Amino acid sequence: MKEELLKEKITTKTLCYHCSEECSDDSIRINDKIFCCNGCKTVYELLDQNNLCTYYSIEQSPGNTRKYYTKRNYDFLDDEDLKQKLIEFSDGKKTNVAFSIPQMHCSSCIWILENLYKLDNGIISSRVNFLQKKLFITFAEKITSLKKIVELLDSLGYEPLLNLDAKNETAVYNEYKNLYYKIGIAGFSFGNIMLLSFPEYLSINVVEHSELKQIFSYINILLSLPVFFYSSNDYFISAWKGLKKKIVNIDVPLALGIFVLFLRSIYDIIFLGGAGYLDSLTGLVFFLLIGKVFQNKTYDTLNFERNYKSYFPIAVTIKNGDNETTIPVEKLKVGQRIIVKNNEIIPADSILIKGFGNIDYSFVTGELFPVNVQNGETIFAGGKQIGSAIEVETIKNVSQSYLTQLWNRTAFNRNEESQITSFANIVSKYFTFGIISFAVLAALFALPNYKIAFDAFTAVLIVACPCALALSTPFTLGNTLRIFGKNKFYLKNTFIVEKLSSIDTIVFDKTGTITERNNSLVNFIGLDLSENEKDLIKSVVANSTHPLSRAIFNFLSPNRIYPVENYEENIGQGIIALVNKNKIKIGSEQFVTNKNQNELDSTKVFVAINEEIKGYFEIKNKYRAGLKEIVSQLLKKYQIFVLSGDNESEKNNLNEIFHGNAGLYFNYSPHDKLNFIEKLQNQNKKVLMFGDGLNDAGALKQSDVGISITDNTNNFTPASDAILDSQSFRLINVFINFSKTSKKIIIASFVLSIIYNIIGLTFAFEGKLTPLFAAILMPLSSISVVIFTTIATNLLANKKGLI
Amino acid sequence: MQIVLVLIAASLIVALIFLGAYLWAVKSGQYDDKFTPSIRILFDESKKEKND
Repeated sequence: MKEELLKEKITTKTLCYHCSEECSDDSIRINDKIFCCNGCKTVYELLDQNNLCTYYSIEQSPGNTRKYYTKRNYDFLDDEDLKQKLIEFSDGKKTNVAFSIPQMHCSSCIWILENLYKLDNGIISSRVNFLQKKLFITFAEKITSLKKIVELLDSLGYEPLLNLDAKNETAVYNEYKNLYYKIGIAGFSFGNIMLLSFPEYLSINVVEHSELKQIFSYINILLSLPVFFYSSNDYFISAWKGLKKKIVNIDVPLALGIFVLFLRSIYDIIFLGGAGYLDSLTGLVFFLLIGKVFQNKTYDTLNFERNYKSYFPIAVTIKNGDNETTIPVEKLKVGQRIIVKNNEIIPADSILIKGFGNIDYSFVTGELFPVNVQNGETIFAGGKQIGSAIEVETIKNVSQSYLTQLWNRTAFNRNEESQITSFANIVSKYFTFGIISFAVLAALFALPNYKIAFDAFTAVLIVACPCALALSTPFTLGNTLRIFGKNKFYLKNTFIVEKLSSIDTIVFDKTGTITERNNSLVNFIGLDLSENEKDLIKSVVANSTHPLSRAIFNFLSPNRIYPVENYEENIGQGIIALVNKNKIKIGSEQFVTNKNQNELDSTKVFVAINEEIKGYFEIKNKYRAGLKEIVSQLLKKYQIFVLSGDNESEKNNLNEIFHGNAGLYFNYSPHDKLNFIEKLQNQNKKVLMFGDGLNDAGALKQSDVGISITDNTNNFTPASDAILDSQSFRLINVFINFSKTSKKIIIASFVLSIIYNIIGLTFAFEGKLTPLFAAILMPLSSISVVIFTTIATNLLANKKGLI
Repeated sequence: MQIVLVLIAASLIVALIFLGAYLWAVKSGQYDDKFTPSIRILFDESKKEKND
């Protein structure tokens, strides 16, 4: 017996053939292929039977681990209403559906997902968009069903993220396509008009062929029509919308410039036999549209708009007498009994009827450790049951629950379009009035002569057209967005950069934001543990999913894991098990020592081996690396607050980290957090909020800039302006500073473009604005501004260590 | 010099064909996913398995 145990000692790490997880032993195997768990083995068998083992030859161990897999019930996908919400199109024969699959990570994934038709002959075709992590499936509804497909994907380890709100994405998608059309047409016209204007540029004397010049000009008009009426219509629409709201945005001077350029050119060509400025017009629109594409950088795989619906289950198991059925969560009514299994989320406020409630509220309230709930007590929606299945009865509707009520608040209905504060828009107001008065002045100056007055008036408007001005913002901010993205800080759009540069107050959430979510600081206090004893303890806690067990498991250095006998876990109390004939008892003070605890201190885990009390593990929040240094930098410039849903146990630690200079608030509910931000804003503070969970959703939305922090960008993050990968947490001060740098770069390029305008204006005033001069000055100023901003942002980012 | 007009017409027609090709490419979704096709092209066509 002992020899056998010794053999199981892991000398070299064996990695799973399917998912490259570490295998505890080599007992799960097929021939020479070793698997970490039966789940991985099953997937391999399925692929092997269908000759799909190419999966393993494209990339090594490409699978998603099945170790912690629990089979889900997808019966709700037979519900007609729900099906209609997920299916994109169906003609009775062919049905199209799109799934979002966050687990997609390598080329093997693409291969297997595009070969699904070999596993289910009802699937006609499947297509992957890797960057968006999307899978598009066309299937025959007569042969297979939505439920079968989802079950197949789930069984392969690619569980689709089913979200009922995902359909409005097509509108955004069409907008992109339109932009590409517009650029194509503008580029086509620009190129051809330049070609036809060449004789003009070279001042080739075409007197003897003046009819040719005429014809060229008319062709130019034809070519510019689609640019004027189609490619540039966004600017007219936006300018008009702004003016209706009495806002002079940056599009107003642009639209004015485009309009005057077009009119003046037509007038020149038709009445004066001139060449017009159509090359400048089309070039301007072309550059502006390119700026727009550059600015519209988006992170397809990230979702900045998630609300509680994408965190909550979309279906629940309800109990009706002895029958268990699955229904969509929307149809859940008050007074229904639901069954909540291990790791499932409670969708509505309810009362515990049966079972041991051990609810993890960390995402909802910020409490670090699970809470024991007794029969008859209330469980709040959003809590996650850990342990055996429980039966609960709902007392509120999903949307009226304690947490979800937050989404009925006004902060969530605010109009997001109010971007009037953007710097370019503020400047453009003065700029527009400036050039209009300039133009009027120039016209008045030349007044007795109407022809010259008209010339001067239009020439000023043409030359002052703020193309360089309009390009500096998208290129600077677009580049900043990309630089941030490279450092795993993802912004929703470029406006956030500007907003970030003007904040003066920073609010942090505690749990999961400044502390690490899946990592705690563990300390053993008591008798010294021998290596063997550590192994015994580790072997026991390896079997438990409780967060405290996991923390202890990670704390003890890995050596060997023994098989465990007579394992018994008492929810909310502790574990008893037999390892190597040693009786191990791990759990709360009362459970292990039989002494009555005075207070419920869940952060101490006691250990007894063979009835001898060895001591206890003390488990604390682990603050993110470098927090103290970041905080001391931030404290110099900003007012800082920490809001926690947890109790005050960490107060002293926090005071030390924040040098006693931060406002610390404990036991804050999600609503309290939102109100707190609102209060700060009423004092005219610009608030930056860092949060991570659903409990911060309201505060993130209310704040001027809300950033959610996550360890894995595939995980759920509440709606926010930006998503920060926790690895880059130490850079937050650099990010804020760089957003200010970007603003300075914009100001500098504004100055540059104003210099160009002054040069142009002096020429216009003297009436020397030839088409050739305009055709050179406009692209030159635009391109030099673009080059300036790009080089400046890259250089300064390099200096700050961001590239 | 009238020949210039013919040449211009010809060049415009060619340019229009390219513009049309571009617009078609956008419409048919070739710009939607600029990454996956680069991987897909590396997969071997497994015709043998299809016949099974």
